[in-house]
Amino acid sequence: MSTIVKPAPARSGAAPAPARRARTRLVGGRKEAAVGWVMLLPAAVLILTFLLVPIGLTFGLAFTNARLVSPEPARFVGMDNFVALFTDDTFWASLRNTIVFTVVIVPFQSGLALVLALLVNTRTRGTTFFRTVFFLPVVTSIVVVSMLWLFMYQKDGLINVLLSKVGIQGPDWLGDPHWALLAIILMSAWQAMGFHMIIWLAGLQTVPAELYEAAALDGATRWQQFAHVTWPGLRATRTFILITITIAAFGLFTQVQVMTQGGPLNSTTTLVFQAVRSGFQQQQTGYASAISLVFFVLVLVVTLIQRFLTRDKEARR
Amino acid sequence: MTDTIRDVADIETPHPVEPERHRRPAWRAGLTLALKIVLALVFGLPLVFMIVSSFKPDAQIFHDLDGIQAFLPVGDLSVDNYVGVFDRVPFAQFLFNSILISVLTVGLGLIMNSLAAFALSRMRIPGGRIALGVILATLIVPFEVMALPLLWEVNQLPYFDGTQIVQGWLDTYTVQIVPFIANAFSIFLFYQYFDSIPKELDEAARVDGAGWFRIYRSIIMPLAGPAVATVAILTFLPAWNQYLWPLMVTQSEAVRPAMVGIDYFKQLNTSWGQIMAYASIITVPVLALFVAFQRSFVNSIASQGLKG
Repeated sequence: MSTIVKPAPARSGAAPAPARRARTRLVGGRKEAAVGWVMLLPAAVLILTFLLVPIGLTFGLAFTNARLVSPEPARFVGMDNFVALFTDDTFWASLRNTIVFTVVIVPFQSGLALVLALLVNTRTRGTTFFRTVFFLPVVTSIVVVSMLWLFMYQKDGLINVLLSKVGIQGPDWLGDPHWALLAIILMSAWQAMGFHMIIWLAGLQTVPAELYEAAALDGATRWQQFAHVTWPGLRATRTFILITITIAAFGLFTQVQVMTQGGPLNSTTTLVFQAVRSGFQQQQTGYASAISLVFFVLVLVVTLIQRFLTRDKEARR
Repeated sequence: MTDTIRDVADIETPHPVEPERHRRPAWRAGLTLALKIVLALVFGLPLVFMIVSSFKPDAQIFHDLDGIQAFLPVGDLSVDNYVGVFDRVPFAQFLFNSILISVLTVGLGLIMNSLAAFALSRMRIPGGRIALGVILATLIVPFEVMALPLLWEVNQLPYFDGTQIVQGWLDTYTVQIVPFIANAFSIFLFYQYFDSIPKELDEAARVDGAGWFRIYRSIIMPLAGPAVATVAILTFLPAWNQYLWPLMVTQSEAVRPAMVGIDYFKQLNTSWGQIMAYASIITVPVLALFVAFQRSFVNSIASQGLKG
């Protein structure tokens, strides 16, 4: 978006008189603005209606008693929704599960994805095959993945049968409150890991080859090269991966809806699952908006913290 | 986004260089390969299991769990499960709905978002900078945050049902398509790509008397192939895989997409063979697309990281 107007290259032959040229540019500018807004308008209207307005509504409706279908208009109720929310054990369970899910899956998934990326960051035979296989779950819908693992996680399902082959008595994965959230974490990481493997690979590309050569000349071992060349070189990629996994993890819903319905004993309920339950099944839009607002604040806080931490590191360097 | 990766096989990055003193012993190469094979089994076998099981009767699926035959197409194979899927639910309708919704969302999105990005990137328009800033700021807001308020909103909007204006968009194709056409991330990707195309090209065209729409159509878009592929893929996958939104806004089978249709099999007496058949039909086309357009898929994902 250059703001400086470059003089139009003069056409060969008769140049227009200065006065006329100035007027043409003025009219042209106004026309350019009009045409530009015509091009921008369809997207702008849709973004306003289906992105900005709903974000605003999240804030507005959280302080009302709005219902999804109601003959009466929504009424302002102050902090009532939040008071109800903060005294509701299910809300605290869903907040705790959402945070536990995020705190566990972020290092687990991003770390293993980096291991995958390093493993397939070679020219050896079969590399394309391995990359493709690691990526296959990413293009499989999470609904399908959840149904598939629902079957594999059964008490006498595929996973426990395999575990028993090596002498491990597997738990009732989705039926036991101690294991259900972990089961969902493992499955979710399995599904999304290939995605972040590709992003790590793209990041590895940006590390200059000369650095490795210089380090090798100095006699650095492979581990030292990783610690002092690769890892610092991946700083931008790291930030991106952490933010995207974190925000995606906060939004955990489909797996819970398909596999556990929040159970057993609320051990897998999440913020979005509760928001859908109250805002859709029970039609309490106001209450659901309050939950969504909590979710929004979490996302904002994490984004700000991660921005702050990465800025801090840049300053120290 | 100018340096995109050409292929999943082409991502070649500088490698740690082996110091002469410690050459990597052969056993370590063997160990790495063994690790890769184990991981390939972990990532690949569940999908193999899904597809293989879709051809087996329920009793055999359970019986086969106990051994390697769980992953092998052996025993009493048939397409009965697939026939059953079509008998049990209006599956052709679900598939049609999914295809229609995805294609329209992607197609209209490509046009509308590239037009907006073109205006923001190459034209001087008042308020353009502010518009771009607002669009970028919305990128961190996940859809789930506003899903419930959006549900309330679309239920208030007026809707023309062909004969008269009624209240509420629920249970239509419109409510599954229109809110997802304009996409901040698509605009951002197009904007970034358009900015890398030299401005001299359109200045020359302006001098030759070309209008802005003509520049967009005949100069910029023909050069924007990689951006179009990226946006198409990154909007197709979520459109095809959408679950939360259609779960809330569709009530009738006439407009329900295939992802939500899978719920039918959980509610009625569960036939796992049919579930696997259903899951395979809605998955295999996307897997085939991925293998065919692997290069573009990987580019589009990698390009997201490069912006980071």
